[in-house]
Amino acid sequence: MSDKTTAPAADEPALQPRVDIFEDTGGITLRADLPGVPKDRLAIDVDGDTLRIEGEVVLDAPEGVEATYAEVRLARFRRAFTLSPELDTGSIEAQFRDGVLHLRIPKHAHAQPRRIEVVAG
Amino acid sequence: MYESLLTASGGLPAEFERLQREMQQALGLIARPGSIRAVAQGAFPAVNVGSTPTSVEIYAFAPGLRAEDIQVQVERGVLTIEGERKLDRPANDAKQPVYAAERFAGRFRRSVSLPDDADPERVTARYRDGVLRVSIERRQALQPRRIAVQ
Repeated sequence: MSDKTTAPAADEPALQPRVDIFEDTGGITLRADLPGVPKDRLAIDVDGDTLRIEGEVVLDAPEGVEATYAEVRLARFRRAFTLSPELDTGSIEAQFRDGVLHLRIPKHAHAQPRRIEVVAG
Repeated sequence: MYESLLTASGGLPAEFERLQREMQQALGLIARPGSIRAVAQGAFPAVNVGSTPTSVEIYAFAPGLRAEDIQVQVERGVLTIEGERKLDRPANDAKQPVYAAERFAGRFRRSVSLPDDADPERVTARYRDGVLRVSIERRQALQPRRIAVQ
């Protein structure tokens, strides 16, 4: 799994969410920080070998609020990754809570390590 | 292009620095002076401050916490947000290789200085979708008032 170098049909500038990615024998786990994104504004797409995460930041701001200082200057997160063929994109599991996305991308059964019994004889 | 690379007085590192500075300028990142309590870019949590005629609104982008893990304090005109974020990241070894570890882990503390009319007695804090919003009301007496002309 690697970062896509070419930006996906980027229409609007977006922030790159910070991620943790790690692997075990069963698959890959990805966690992404998407603070301020409500569940209904998060989109996870797999198109071919590309996994794309996109979310819109929605802050409940009172009427007439003016920004006086801002470190988060865009209201959109976007990041794309290239998946490798041993990953089973059909069975990706996603959980999203308190602005953290948990993605589990399992490997195809045939790609998982198997212990081969050595038969005496 | 090649010429400017060769004749740059500070050499390549200085050129990169200049490029970076120009890019930051283009993106408006260093366009205006920051707060004296602002910290290096990428600090956790990122903070936005907004203002209305009746309140000061502070948004701290701190995903993956529980409301009870965040301490919010107002003292002498300074709002402090602190807490700890624990991540269950595996040790990077042959069994569980880690390919990216960009997310913040550990204790954090950020301070924001408040305007003079912020009322430390009337502060509310809510945590939703990974964002802590602290609203501090402004004192009534200091709000602009329209005086009727008799």
